[in-house]
Amino acid sequence: MSDNRLVNPLDNGRPTLVDNLIDGWELVVGLEVHVELATATKLFSASANRFGDEPNIHIDPVTLGLPGALPVLNRHAVELAMRIGLALDCTVQPSTFHRKNYFYPDMPKAYQISQYDQPINIDGHLDLPNGQRIGIERAHLEEDTGKSTHVGGPSGRIHGSSHSLIDFNRAGVPLVEIVSRPDMRTAEEARQYVTELRGILLAVGASDAKMEEGSMRCDVNVSVHKPGTMFGTRCEIKNVNSVRSLGRATEYEARRQIAMIEAGETVRQETRHWDENDGRTYTLRTKEDADDYRYFLEPDLVPLDPSPEWIQAVREALPMLPGARRTRLGAATGTAPDSEAVMVVVERGQDDYVLAVGHLGGDVARALVHVKEAYADQGAEPSVAAQDLALLTRMEVGGKLTATQAKAVLADIVEAGGGDAQAIAVAKGFEALDTSSLEALVDQAIAENADAWSKFQAGEGKALGALVGAVMKSSQGKADGKLVTALLNAKKG
Amino acid sequence: MNTPLSSLTTATSIAQAVRSGDVCAADVVDRYLAQIVIRESDVHAFNLVLTEEARQTAAAIDAEVAAGRDVGPLAGVPIALKDNMCTRGIPTTCSSKILNNWKPPYDATVVDRLSAAGAILIGKTNLDEFAMGSSTENSAFGVTHNPHALDRVAGGSSGGSAAAVAAGFAPIALGSDTGGSIRQPAALCGVVGVKPTYGYVSRYGLIAFASSLDQIGPFATTIEDAALVLDVIGGHDPQDSTSIPQAHPSLRQVLRTQDVTGMRVGRITDLPEGADPDVTERLEVAFDTLRAAGAVLVDVQVPAFAYALTAYYLIAPAEASSNLARFDGVRYGLRVPAADTNAMYSATRAAGFGPEVKRRIMLGTYALSAGYYDAYYGRALKVRRLIADDFDRAYRDADVLLTPTSPTVAFPIGSKGDNPLAMYLCDLYTIPTNLAGHPGMSVPFGTGADGLPVGVQVLAGTLGEAAMFRAAAALERSMQ
Repeated sequence: MSDNRLVNPLDNGRPTLVDNLIDGWELVVGLEVHVELATATKLFSASANRFGDEPNIHIDPVTLGLPGALPVLNRHAVELAMRIGLALDCTVQPSTFHRKNYFYPDMPKAYQISQYDQPINIDGHLDLPNGQRIGIERAHLEEDTGKSTHVGGPSGRIHGSSHSLIDFNRAGVPLVEIVSRPDMRTAEEARQYVTELRGILLAVGASDAKMEEGSMRCDVNVSVHKPGTMFGTRCEIKNVNSVRSLGRATEYEARRQIAMIEAGETVRQETRHWDENDGRTYTLRTKEDADDYRYFLEPDLVPLDPSPEWIQAVREALPMLPGARRTRLGAATGTAPDSEAVMVVVERGQDDYVLAVGHLGGDVARALVHVKEAYADQGAEPSVAAQDLALLTRMEVGGKLTATQAKAVLADIVEAGGGDAQAIAVAKGFEALDTSSLEALVDQAIAENADAWSKFQAGEGKALGALVGAVMKSSQGKADGKLVTALLNAKKG
Repeated sequence: MNTPLSSLTTATSIAQAVRSGDVCAADVVDRYLAQIVIRESDVHAFNLVLTEEARQTAAAIDAEVAAGRDVGPLAGVPIALKDNMCTRGIPTTCSSKILNNWKPPYDATVVDRLSAAGAILIGKTNLDEFAMGSSTENSAFGVTHNPHALDRVAGGSSGGSAAAVAAGFAPIALGSDTGGSIRQPAALCGVVGVKPTYGYVSRYGLIAFASSLDQIGPFATTIEDAALVLDVIGGHDPQDSTSIPQAHPSLRQVLRTQDVTGMRVGRITDLPEGADPDVTERLEVAFDTLRAAGAVLVDVQVPAFAYALTAYYLIAPAEASSNLARFDGVRYGLRVPAADTNAMYSATRAAGFGPEVKRRIMLGTYALSAGYYDAYYGRALKVRRLIADDFDRAYRDADVLLTPTSPTVAFPIGSKGDNPLAMYLCDLYTIPTNLAGHPGMSVPFGTGADGLPVGVQVLAGTLGEAAMFRAAAALERSMQ
């Protein structure tokens, strides 16, 4: 049985995941993420950097590697690379370009111009939402290749195809390759890393970072070892085209390696291809048949040495990054920065809006919940005036509306793109119950649900739902759920 | 028409006469085309003669002059271009089968500048394939013969351009110089040849041999013409990142004062031996000439000079192995069909490249390979640094240095064909300049054995073109 036809270890009963270990094995994950920069033109020529157009229209002598053509570095690409580096707390240093030599039909010069031993950005880090720090080894500039399409065969892959077509529109598009340190220990951390990195790239405007369109591509380095021992031999997984695939491919590859080691086999260092359809990785090439890239300094370019003034200007122009925005929103709302509400609202760019509700006298904590629940279709600039949401949250915390009522009123406001919460509440006949009438309803619910009451008294938390539900029903939704719970707890003694 | 056409043999005089309306560009072109008809079949300087195109350009220039417009400093001057510089819509072959009949969709920067200055492209000249060689025998399209002795080589790799000027096919030509490919054929053909400072002339559109060494420069019959051409083609080009980002002072202006009084002319006392006595004899005359003209002779040492050849034959092939990788049959040029892509690459490159090109690609690939890089390419780079440092020290004491250009006069065709090392030694005295990035030029300075031309090489430090041209002009003047 050849290596790439291993029995899928996932089929053999899933081992349990305890303390981030799989049957006592720890994963070690590092990521190489390529992002296409959002420049108007290519890294070394004036052709447009645009995705999705008719093939071979964004080409020129440099893009096609015609004899005699020479590269000229795109200043805007350098600026975007610096933005990425500075957003990841890297050091921006004087750098050089090298040639990486290998033959491939969609690589016009038969070498890729890339940064090798002196990349523009080094030694940074990225903090996951839970505060865990992932090291960034480097983030360097390089050019993209063209794109081959293999036709006339059954699979769309080169094997069995009758001929290949090449589109050079992508050739020479500027890329930054961001190389993490092997600091992740689970597939979930890898997913979080990529999600967070994507948020940063979007925030600084460096890339549209669309994995499905290929403007953000991940290569995953995976190895397994027993905690406290040396790292295992790693495999690099290519063709990972979504955050979901990233998690799946990492899990699969880890379990494949564990199964091999436990069967007494040795993991070989190799590059593997993730097949999304059958959920496995396959050998692409082994270390032995890897190309010798014969790197040497690109003689057609001069060293890149951004002035301290330029670096400082780029640093000062950076926007607030997602992590800082989560911290700010979490602090303002008394919510954990990695809570779902904070994560979602910051990702949608609606945190400024929530904070504005607070500045207008509204309740930011309630605003956070409402925006998270009701503003999924609104962008960073919601159509509902912050003033309108501020009034609604004031009524809610003032006891004039229950959470349920507030939600109903807000639904109308969002639907209409704005509105007066007071007027809508009156029109809906909403008035919150006072405590004494609420207490009567609570007593009635206890009497009518004796079984649930005794279970609740015995400490069975689940019984609470039945009792609260009964009160909500008898009050026709006007009761405040939190108040009902408080009353029930008080009565329990 | 008061100037007889036959008296106009320099670019300077032709341009002046055409600009003033004294002669027609059409008549100038026809005279040179006639010379080509008479001798080209013997010399074989050209891969392509652009008879019709040249006549059309000349007619257009004459119309411009008639309309009272200034056509530029090279008005009506025919120029021959080494066939490794891109010309839009005109075949550019590098004398290689792999680019046979390839027509670039763009012009090299030098072509744009020549054309804007009113020059007339009269033909594309023969070269050693991809500029790899010192005799223009390594051409896929035949050998170029020395106009002074048809059984001798014209030198190389820009042998076609040198021969074209020497044979009177054009008053000026362009070549490229990676290790001596302008200066050595200029010496062998008895014309002026200049390799400027690296970055003086844009390389955009020059098909690369070794990018960190290649530099375009002129061939001419006079120092003044060479200065005229350099003034037109030199200067910063935003399309070449390695071109020097500044304007250069006019070399023609420099030549208005040709005095060399007090100029420090250096003799390299540890220069590697190997030049023939007839060549060194002329070099001694050159030293005497400059001293008589008021220059001060000084002795300098350039210890690393002797290691230049070895370093060069690692660095240049290493870069070439990468530069020539693009000739893969995928997008342009020759393609030999085969079963799969890798087989197509091999078949195409096996059929398309000649033996010297293959030799250098293999040498360079080896020098850059994992496990060998440090021992070969890496050490060669260190030697290169040493050479530049040694020269820089020498230029603290001297304004220019004189050496032989070529160790010998033109040698018989076929005499070194089976001995690559003997051929490589032709560039013994020219290669160090390329490694240092400095300017150098060959000045025709009398004759040696068998009455064949001898060139003296004038070298200078970075952007030392002014001193170099003044010294060269003093040598030229002594020959008149």
